[in-house]
Amino acid sequence: MDILIGGILLGGTYVLMALGLQLQYGVARIMNLANGEILVAGAFGAFWFYSGFQANPFLALIVIVPLAFILNWGIYRYLLSPLVRRAKSRGQLEVDSILATFGLSFIFVGLMLAVFGGEYFSYGYLERAVIVLEQPYGLNRIAAFCASAALCIALVLWLNHTRSGLALRAVAVNPTAASLVAIKVARTSALAFAIGGAVTASGGALLSMFLTFDASIGVIFTLKALIIVILGGVGEIRGTIVAAFMLGLAETAVASLIDPGLTLAAAYLLFIVILLVRPQGLFGSRS
Amino acid sequence: MKRILKTIGIGALSISATFFTLGQLQAAEVIKIGAVAPKTGPLAGGSTVSHWPNLKLWVSQVNGRGGLKLKSGRAKIELIEYDDRTNPGETIKAVQRLATQDKVDFIISPYGTGLNLAAAPIFAKYGYPQIAVTAITDKVPALTKRYPNLFFLLGNTTAFTQSVADILKKLVADGKIGNRVAMVNVADAFGIELANAARPIFKAAGLDIVYDKSYPLGTQDLSPVVKGAKAANPDAFIAWSYPPDTFGLTAQAKIVGLNVKAFYTAVATAFPVYAGKFGGAIENVLGAGGVNPDSAEMKAYRKAHKEVTGKDADYWASPVVYASLQILEQAIEAVGSKDRKAVTAHIKANSFNTVIGPVRFNNQNNDKFWTVGQWQNGVFHGVSSTGRPGAKTVKLKSGW
Repeated sequence: MDILIGGILLGGTYVLMALGLQLQYGVARIMNLANGEILVAGAFGAFWFYSGFQANPFLALIVIVPLAFILNWGIYRYLLSPLVRRAKSRGQLEVDSILATFGLSFIFVGLMLAVFGGEYFSYGYLERAVIVLEQPYGLNRIAAFCASAALCIALVLWLNHTRSGLALRAVAVNPTAASLVAIKVARTSALAFAIGGAVTASGGALLSMFLTFDASIGVIFTLKALIIVILGGVGEIRGTIVAAFMLGLAETAVASLIDPGLTLAAAYLLFIVILLVRPQGLFGSRS
Repeated sequence: MKRILKTIGIGALSISATFFTLGQLQAAEVIKIGAVAPKTGPLAGGSTVSHWPNLKLWVSQVNGRGGLKLKSGRAKIELIEYDDRTNPGETIKAVQRLATQDKVDFIISPYGTGLNLAAAPIFAKYGYPQIAVTAITDKVPALTKRYPNLFFLLGNTTAFTQSVADILKKLVADGKIGNRVAMVNVADAFGIELANAARPIFKAAGLDIVYDKSYPLGTQDLSPVVKGAKAANPDAFIAWSYPPDTFGLTAQAKIVGLNVKAFYTAVATAFPVYAGKFGGAIENVLGAGGVNPDSAEMKAYRKAHKEVTGKDADYWASPVVYASLQILEQAIEAVGSKDRKAVTAHIKANSFNTVIGPVRFNNQNNDKFWTVGQWQNGVFHGVSSTGRPGAKTVKLKSGW
């Protein structure tokens, strides 16, 4: 039971890391390697609000989400859309966007370094124990889990029950066909990219409650997010959510039952096995 | 994917070279000093606390005095800084560049054990003295024999684990705690080396290791580790940890209620941000390092550090990095010129007055260093050393 709850809480953490990248990669087709830096920027934002105004990270989201949305919209509109326009195939866009966003990640690291300095940041919000079924858990992890659950529900509802969500899914499946049925592909992609960025940044703000971070730690989050997105299937929000929880449960089970040293091995084993059985990911469809 | 990332990484890294030049060229004579250490990458969080601020402090103080006293007159320091992005290849390239392109007179040692050892052959090749601080290894005798210009200041792995064992052994002998020890380590260089050194030493000290696990670097959820340790019902908890997990383990111990009477985490326990985050909860937490905060030199140093850099120095490596610069300064002034050979010979043969007390190298190694410290009333006091005065008595931890 302890493993189940611990795993679900860790899964919630992973959802926050990966969901934004899924929107950006699955819909806008941008393999955003600066994903982790956006997450760390969100964490810095929350830290800044916390230390400057004693504002809790949930309140900070009110400012961080729109800012991240605008920033990512701008990145897509001015930096990435030229790449989208000139790309002849999906493969080429992926390679181009990998190169461009990798460069971008260095710029972000440099900016955060200049503004906040290179040392570790850790402030610990809601770092209290909550007893669930006779086992203690960090209140901040539970709070982050609830937020990520709310986020997942909102996104799934939006994608499945609104017109703009439908357009987003259509672009994810086939951009060319989507444009034939009068969906503005460029605008929809920009929207997906911006929302993805906002989700990632809010993830960073929530994770900063219990993770220690510094300006150059983003790449760790990018790698984790990549694994989860590919595991779940590109373009499948449900797949990402399921994959994140699977990974969380697997890592916690291995850490508790076998050896914490094997969590990384377990994660990669799961990754390999699933890709061997389903190369398109858990929920992905064959292209 | 990882391979693509790596390939792109190497390309992008070699393109984006950043360097900053401090100091002006208006003085009559200038002494050029090079520095290379992480400003980005995994070790940047540590070097920004323990390494870079001390360089800034030292240069500002020396230049404030008018520069280094040479026979030919005062020479102001011109500091040339490079970021090696925590990449040993970049460290080597930067040291080479400092020696051949920038033609600096002296080079400050890099940051971290791996980066220092990677650069040691280049320092030796160009004949620069390398006073390594943040390099802890049991291979000091072999390395100093191979590199006659390499010095070590911060200690060795065995001494760090031996001190922890001695402290626990004494607590057990005094009947204050039982002999059950839960030990965890980060599965990375320093953590593995410390854990390997600790196992036989703990056993020899009569301690019973009831939980012994490692966890990968960058683990985001350490609660299974702490819960596992708690389930083993230990009297002491020892973690050979790195900065992010030092914070994570402490936070989890607090949440899970791991109420051991001796709680030890390794790197970053001595960082000001550790106290900033946990406040009074860390009273009597043990950690690697320590200083004697009551000496007049240390008080003056901490005050100047805060004034010049705006940040607090840590309670372990910070003053030792500063001491390495004091040693270099005193040796250059005693020789009175930029003669690297003479300066290296002077460092080997003489004693230096520094912020950590007198330092005299024994076969290029400083064998008097702090090994364990403890948070007592908001200050991280040294409680165990290999010959430094001022150690406090170890206190028992009572809950969080």
